[in-house]
Parts: sequence; structure tokens; C-alpha cells
Amino acid sequence: MNRKFMQLIRVITATAALATVGTSQAANITGAGATFPYPVYAKWAETYKAQTGVEINYQSIGSGGGIKQIQAKTVDFGATDAPLNPNELALGGLAQFPVVVGGVVLIVNIAGVAPGQLKLDDKVLADIYLGKITKWNDPRIAADNAGVTLPDEAIVVVHRSDGSGTTFIFTTYLSQVSLDWKRSVGGEKAVSWPVGTGGKGNEGVASYVQRIKNSIGYVEYAYAKQNKMAHTQLKNRDGQFVSPSDDNFKAAAANAKWSKDNGFYEILTNEPGKDSWPITGATFILIHKSPEKIENAKEVLKFFDWAYTNGDKMASDLDYVPLPANVVSMIRDAWKTQIKDSAGKAIWK
Amino acid sequence: MPMFSLEARHKRQAMFDLLFRNLTRISAFGVLVLLAAIIASLIVGSMPAIREFGFGFLGSSEWDPVNDKFGALIPIVGTLATSGIALLIAIPVSFGIAIFLTELSPRWLRRPLGIAIELLAGIPSIIYGMWGLFVFAPLFAEHVQPWLNDHVGVMPTIGPFFSGPPMGIGILTAGIILSIMVIPFIASVMRDVFEIVPTLLKESAYGLGATTWEVLWRVVLPYTKIGVVGGIMLGLGRALGETMAVTFVIGNAHKLSQSLLMPGNSISSALANEFNEAVGDLYTSSLIELGLILFFITFVVLSLSRYMLYKLGQREGKVA
Repeated sequence: MNRKFMQLIRVITATAALATVGTSQAANITGAGATFPYPVYAKWAETYKAQTGVEINYQSIGSGGGIKQIQAKTVDFGATDAPLNPNELALGGLAQFPVVVGGVVLIVNIAGVAPGQLKLDDKVLADIYLGKITKWNDPRIAADNAGVTLPDEAIVVVHRSDGSGTTFIFTTYLSQVSLDWKRSVGGEKAVSWPVGTGGKGNEGVASYVQRIKNSIGYVEYAYAKQNKMAHTQLKNRDGQFVSPSDDNFKAAAANAKWSKDNGFYEILTNEPGKDSWPITGATFILIHKSPEKIENAKEVLKFFDWAYTNGDKMASDLDYVPLPANVVSMIRDAWKTQIKDSAGKAIWK
Repeated sequence: MPMFSLEARHKRQAMFDLLFRNLTRISAFGVLVLLAAIIASLIVGSMPAIREFGFGFLGSSEWDPVNDKFGALIPIVGTLATSGIALLIAIPVSFGIAIFLTELSPRWLRRPLGIAIELLAGIPSIIYGMWGLFVFAPLFAEHVQPWLNDHVGVMPTIGPFFSGPPMGIGILTAGIILSIMVIPFIASVMRDVFEIVPTLLKESAYGLGATTWEVLWRVVLPYTKIGVVGGIMLGLGRALGETMAVTFVIGNAHKLSQSLLMPGNSISSALANEFNEAVGDLYTSSLIELGLILFFITFVVLSLSRYMLYKLGQREGKVA
């Protein structure tokens, strides 16, 4: 089914590419990748089309798919939640830049536990996902949760069954806070889960947690918020319990040392600061450094330039954190120096 | 010149015949070529994994994308277990449906019931998956699994198969959903073949004083066994390859556990889940090898059923 879907997307993108060639004035650009930023990209694309007439087709097929599609040059830009490291970027001849920041939150389904009520320590969280803590009334959970009635029931762990940038952010965090996790599992888009059951996509995890009693799962913040699910507080690096919110994601992102020299490679998990939400991550765009279709590449950059200038409000409305102005100007600089046509001239001026 | 025109007609007809014959031949061999091409591309695609893991791939329960270690045991077991459960439930139920429809049901009820069962076969599999996750799984977790835990889970030999937290999703749920999906296939084939049993044979048996059960077991079933086995194989084929419905309810965990209530994985749902996001040659090619294994399992099942039918045919008339 998914392979068919991929083929369908290839056909669609190929058709779209043909259409672009056919009617050069009504530009049509295509992108594919991460599901996490899809709501904001869709919103931006809709508004952008109304203002400029340029259509952006974004297919949310997942970060891995996005990377494959941009490498195969079937799309004009790819999107990923797990940044490519400088080596991978160089290998593929790709430039990378961040777009928005968001958070991954833990959601639980325990009778009598309200949203934001349960507090989880970072080590406790790792041990739950390692299968070392198996009951909700475990003394280590109870220690941080005086006044919360925790049932004597087995914890049902829910994770993603598909490879995903969300999983990358989550497992990278667990690797940072737990040596055991780092040694036995690691941080990747798909890992060998010690325990639990897998749901497909954010919505798959959310619906499992909604339906299975005494379960815990991780989803993007927007999913938890829109579905009004019981999120938890987490203990951050400074030892403070924090709730997920735009401000706390912003606090974590403030620690980022963005640099255009390493393709803005930056992992935002487990950042210091008393307000920092510990599982924060950015989502990235990939584009060829010397694109074959110069016009399309120009349109891609124009779109994101427009989004950085006009899209902050739309992003915050959808619970994403826009990038600070200095980072955006650094990104525009990177465009000038990194993305060039065959004659070596900068595409972005 | 009548002779000439007749000759021309003959010639033209011969040409059309030749053309027609070759067209049908191309169609038939085209399918074979396509099949060979699919097998070839699966083999080529899975070469990196075959070279890396060899036959150990079949017996390893490891599935670790981080360290690039893959084994097919869990998906193979999950595929066979869910299909096995599905057949275990679907065969007797389909048998009952077919007998009722052909022998016992009042005549006016046969058509509407038969049509309703055929309609079930037309429901897209994703609908079964959604129904399974949103409706069946919570009910199962709430009412059936605790009972299974308390009553069956404590039994000696089979107990371990039915213990574990009541989640509503897992191998057993996937098997049950699959059985609902294959029942219409098996039942409608069974009904069709039961209907072709000559009335003369049945009447004779009844005339000799046989009960309804004896007539079915000793006359109808022996007469139709080829068709019945064919129907079961059709159902098994669907169960083995079913993707979306299983993905929704099997739990998608690469974990081997004895309990049927625990989540597992099947070959097709592993492919559906992971193919898009698989990074690296070894991961992708391991998934393709899983596809090759599924292809092989289906092939073996079909061959076995052919062989079974052949053996049954040989015994015909020899055993009293």
C-alpha cells in the first residue's frame, strides 16, 4: 500500500514537473517529506497561492521519504525532522536550513489523571521505555507525584511503528539522559524498541493511547493539543518540571548555536535553562546546492523567504515556534553563498 | 470470381486466427514474464541482505535499524500465526454458513443472506482495520481479554498463550479481524460447490436413512472437497498478504512473545510501516527480502494445496 502510494506520489510529482515545463509562467513547485510541519506548510502554501498565484505542492510522506525524493531529484525541495549531518549533506550536494521549531510531548491515558498533572523524571521516562519500570504505581514514579492516584496497573508503552523524525528527536533525547538507552537502543528515526506496541504516524500513536488504558506515548505537541490529550510534565536538564508550551520550546531553542557552515545541524533536545522543554526539535528543508531547475529552486527560496517574513503568526497559531530574526538572516546569507546555478552564480540575491 | 473471393476469405480468416492465437499467447506468457520479473527484482533488491545475513535472516528475531541487524523470524511468525488463527475461526464458521445456505435455510432467505455475505467480501480492508481498532479492540480489551486472562490464562499448557495486559490489539485481534475478512471468501466458494452436488446423491443417502450431518460429511463434502480446499486456500492467500487491516490492530512491535494477546508484526505490515522511511541499503534490502519471503510462503501454500488435491484425487475410489 505504501509502496503504491510512493509510486503514486512519483507519478504526481512527475506530472507536476511536466506541467511546470509546459506552462512556465504559472510556476508550480513540489516538495515532500516530514509529516510534523505539514500543517504549517499547508497553511503557508494556501496563503502564498492566494497572494502570488504560485502553487506549492507539499506531500507529507515522512522525513526518510523526503530525503530520498530530493536525492532522486523528483521534488524541488525535501523536508526532514532529523537533520542531515554535514557529511551526508556534502555527499548529496544538498543545502539545509531550519524552518520552525516544535516539541515532542508525552501523552498518557490513566483514569483520573488530568492533562499536565503527571510529572516524569527523565531517567524514569527512559526506564519506562526500556521496560524497567512496568507499573504505574512504581515508587520512582510516585516519588514525583504526591497527590496523584496512580493505579497498580501495567504500563502499556506506545511508540511509532514507522520511521519518523519525531522518533529521532525522542530517542535522541533518551540517549542523552540514559546511558542504558544509549548503549542498548540508541537515537534514530527507527529503533529496536525494548518494549511496547507501535502506532503508525502521530495519529496512530494518539489513537492507540486514546484507546488503550494505562498507556503512554509520544506525539508532536500539536497533536496532543488538538486532541486534548493528557500530556505530562517533564523534568528538564536544570531539574525543573516544565509543561510543554511555545514559550518553553522557545527557551530550549534559544540555546541553539545555529551555523550555516554545518548546514544548521542542531539537536535541540535536553538543552539547559530552567524553562527549556527537554524534547524540542527543529524541522529542516533540503535543497540541491546546484539545482537543475533554476527557476524552481528560485521559487522554493522565494516561498520560504516569504514564510520567514509573513508566516510567523500562522506558525504560532498552529503551535510551532518561529525562528528568531538573527537566525533567519543567517539562513538568507547561506542561500546566497551555498545555492548556485551551473555557472557558479548565486541564485538568491 | 467466386473461387478467388472464397480463397481470400479463407486466407483472411487464417490470418485473423493466427493473430488471435498469438494475442492470447502474448497475454498468457506476458503474465509469466511479469511474474519472473517481479521475482527477479525482489531477489536483486534483497541481495545485500542475503549476502550479509544468509539463512540466519530467517531464524533471527533481531530487528535493529540503528545497528543494521535484521532478522525475519518475528514477521514470519506473526504472518503465519495471524493467518492460522484466521483459518481456525473462518473454516468452521464458513462451513456452517455454507451448509445453512444450501441445505437448511428456508428458500426465501437464501438469496438475501447469500448476497449479504458476498457484500462483506467487497468491503475495503482498511474499513475492517479501522473498525477493528476503533470498535472491536476496545470492546475486546474491556470484556473478552480480562476473561481470557482469568480463565484461559491460568490453564497449564495453553495458559501462556492468553496472558498479558488487556490492550485489545495484538496477534489474536489481528487473527480475528482477518477471519472476519476471509469468511465471505471461503463461505461463498463453499456454498457454490455445495450447490453443485447432484440431488440424486443426496436423496439416495437420505433414502438410506442418513441424517443431515451424515449426508454432509459422507456425501457432500467428499464430492466437493477440491472446491472446499480451493476456497480455504483462497482465504489463506488473502490472510497471508493482508496489509492495512492487520497493520491497524497487530500492534507493530518487533517482539516475539508467547502470548497471543501481545503485539507482534506481520511481513506485510512491517513493509507498510517501514518501507517509506527505511534509510540505508541494508534496511531497505532486508524489507525487500521480507517481501520475497512472503512471496515464497504464498507460493509454498499454493503448491501444497495443489499437491494435497492431487493426492486426494489419486486416492479416489480406492478407499471404501
